[in-house]
Amino acid sequence: MALHSPRGSRSFLERGLLLLVMLIFLEGTVLTLGAASSPDISAQDNTGGGDDQRGIEGRHGHANYTKKAFPVLSLDYRHIHVPFEISLWVLLASLMKLGFHLIPRLSSIVPESCLLIVVGLLVGGLIKLAGEEVPPVLDSNLFFLCLLPPIILDAGYFLPIRPFMENIGTILMFAVVGTLWNAFFVGGLLYAVCQIEGTYLSQVELLPCLLFGSIISAVDPVAVLAVFEEIHINELLHILVFGESLLNDAVTVVLYHLFEEYSDAGEVTPMDVVLGVICFLIVSLGGIAVGTIYGILAAFTSRFTSHTRVIEPLFVFVYSYMAYLSAEMFHLSGIMALIACGAVMRPYVEANISHKSHTTVKYFLKMWSSVSETLIFIFLGVATVAGPHAWNWTFVSVTVILCLVSRVIGVVGLTFIINKFRIVKLTTKDQFIVAYGGLRGAIAFSLGYLLDKDLFPMRTMFLTAIITEIFFTVFVQGMTIKPLVDLLAVKKKQEAKRSINEEIHTQFLDHLLTGIEDICGHYGHHHWKDKLNRFNKKYIKKCLIAGERYKEPQLIAFYHKMEFKQAIELVESGGGVKLPSAMPSQVSMQNIQPKKLPPAVAERALPQFTKGREEEIRKILRSNLQKTRQRLRSYNRHTLVADPFEDGWNDFILKKQRMIELEKKVRLADSPSLVKPD
Amino acid sequence: MGSTNSTLSRIPNVEELMQETGFTPAHIVRLYDRFEALDKEKTGHLRPQDFGAINRLAMNPIGDRIIGSFFSTGQETVDFHSFVRILAHFRPADKNRPKDPSMPQPVNSRTSKLKFAFQLYDQDKDGKISRAELLQVLRSMLEMQVTEEQLESIADRTIQEADLDKDDAISFEEFRKSLEKVNIDHKMSIRFLR
Repeated sequence: MALHSPRGSRSFLERGLLLLVMLIFLEGTVLTLGAASSPDISAQDNTGGGDDQRGIEGRHGHANYTKKAFPVLSLDYRHIHVPFEISLWVLLASLMKLGFHLIPRLSSIVPESCLLIVVGLLVGGLIKLAGEEVPPVLDSNLFFLCLLPPIILDAGYFLPIRPFMENIGTILMFAVVGTLWNAFFVGGLLYAVCQIEGTYLSQVELLPCLLFGSIISAVDPVAVLAVFEEIHINELLHILVFGESLLNDAVTVVLYHLFEEYSDAGEVTPMDVVLGVICFLIVSLGGIAVGTIYGILAAFTSRFTSHTRVIEPLFVFVYSYMAYLSAEMFHLSGIMALIACGAVMRPYVEANISHKSHTTVKYFLKMWSSVSETLIFIFLGVATVAGPHAWNWTFVSVTVILCLVSRVIGVVGLTFIINKFRIVKLTTKDQFIVAYGGLRGAIAFSLGYLLDKDLFPMRTMFLTAIITEIFFTVFVQGMTIKPLVDLLAVKKKQEAKRSINEEIHTQFLDHLLTGIEDICGHYGHHHWKDKLNRFNKKYIKKCLIAGERYKEPQLIAFYHKMEFKQAIELVESGGGVKLPSAMPSQVSMQNIQPKKLPPAVAERALPQFTKGREEEIRKILRSNLQKTRQRLRSYNRHTLVADPFEDGWNDFILKKQRMIELEKKVRLADSPSLVKPD
Repeated sequence: MGSTNSTLSRIPNVEELMQETGFTPAHIVRLYDRFEALDKEKTGHLRPQDFGAINRLAMNPIGDRIIGSFFSTGQETVDFHSFVRILAHFRPADKNRPKDPSMPQPVNSRTSKLKFAFQLYDQDKDGKISRAELLQVLRSMLEMQVTEEQLESIADRTIQEADLDKDDAISFEEFRKSLEKVNIDHKMSIRFLR
């Protein structure tokens, strides 16, 4: 029906239909979810299910058995309600994501995270209106074990290692010292404010305040990813804020446990502080160690998967998840374990697995992390509607203001110290973006949710303040950061791909700088990087990479990747058709020499061929292609293990090479100089 | 401080050197100590063999080129001044320098750094990186792990990408353009002494 209407109204109609479908789903979700928690229907289901059971077994004696009509069709919601609800939520999240991109202007003004929270609020509100109890969706277990790992794994696997390592000092400073500063500043001042007469908050002790400070001071990776993805800021700033959000997990974990443990005792002795520091070292280094071990295991396993390509992606996911769970088991930093695992295994796994598996891993990670992120924001909205709230104007407003102030002071102060050690200094603009990009998110909420109700009577007040802070950062800071970035003319991400020139020259410069450092006798970071590379090449690659590929230099791998990508693009854009059109004069020449490459001539127009001549052309092309294929096969045996599942891509490479050669010849022919003789 | 001054006084024309290169006295002293350590026979000059004695440099794929760059054409020895002048290319750039086009570029500006790197490629000093020179560099960097055909296709590809005036060679401008996205200041600087 929509096909017959004119273009404008057709898209309008389609959009309208899609929105309608979504609204129906929304209502359906609400009702089902509400129904799940309502007692009446479940009781009905129970008896319904019980009847079926009895009917099937029929062994409970004839006294109890009353003959009923055979149930042809029955409703048994109870049986499937858990997976059904989960699927409904995921479906809702995905439809919402679809919907936002259909409304063009909205997605450019408001970041997706804000819209998703609003949707969550709506859904929660609808459930409440329907009279049902809102399900406690943002359960801490669900969050930490199911929703967070995909996002962190996606971040860790695709972490740009080079800028991360180059700025590791700065990132660690912000993550560790910055978070500590924030926690103590916010916690301490909050306590001071609570002690003021007239706020009715004097029952809030120091330690709970510090605990609250440590929960709320951590920059959240999910929120940062969600917002920064859309503003396309330059690589340095992105990696600074994002790296900080990942690495501050260890600090948060230690502070949280420290204050939680000792809130009961009411005081923290210097001994506890020392233990806390040791705990921090163990948590962070232990997490990294666990992640590295699993990463190496995964890389080693992938060495042997050449015969079972189908389950390769599974190893990546399962080993990473196990790393996360193992770290969490020992109360180590799960996030750091996951990052370490992904970063360590990536170069080796990518050298071992097939191209299809690589694509699978990439897409699954992106898909899961996207769904997780969407769900987290929706659940935040729902939990806001659901949770018991205790609004206290003073506490909440002071929290929000203090967080902002402490972040700004922290960033400025730390940058002042850091700039003394950096080659490329951080400008004021950079500092502003780093400070403004410190968003809080669902991790803070989940940590607050975990608090024991009895130990912390002011838990609801804390939760309300946390939610307000999250809303403030995500809505206000999230929405305004994009225009501010444009206003301040902050350098944006460079879109263009790396050229082979850059790759060669950068490697050349690396060697040059290493050499100069050796001449000066200076053990700079080039020296250590070079040492690590040599160690990697000599020992590690041999163990972890299958077959002969460990000898393949990075430059060659890069070159092949580039050629492959270009070949795919060429075929996708229908470039393969070009091949015969440059061949015309071949036929007009009387002595066709099939051994040599056909010279191209000025005339591009295809002359009229007879069928016979066309066949000749095809034969010539085929034989030439075969020649080049043989040539390439011979060097494949030295440098690359010929992958039996991937013959296809060799053809692409060949076609591409032919294309380049032909283009060159055509260009030469087009120029006024002589046609190049054979 | 005392030892610094005494060392400084041993170096002739130290003021001029510091002016030219922008090194502080502490840097000069450190470099002088290193120079003396390399100059085993205490001749006051360095020869290629002295550089060759540095083990790690021998393992460097472009070690020979780097050593060669210290010796200007025809010279067989390097004195301390030339040594420092070459190393001055790798000083981190001064952010606060006023951009005065009439004044000559200081030795550690982005352009000078790039020119130094370019000269390492361009051994015959004709102002262009020819295909043969590029092949040589690739061969030394890839350390005989690849076949000639692969090398040639990479070299072809590289020149095709960078060559804008179609002369089958890479001029300095084209070289500079292909590296415009790389932060040369960061890449080609060594934190000498902080």
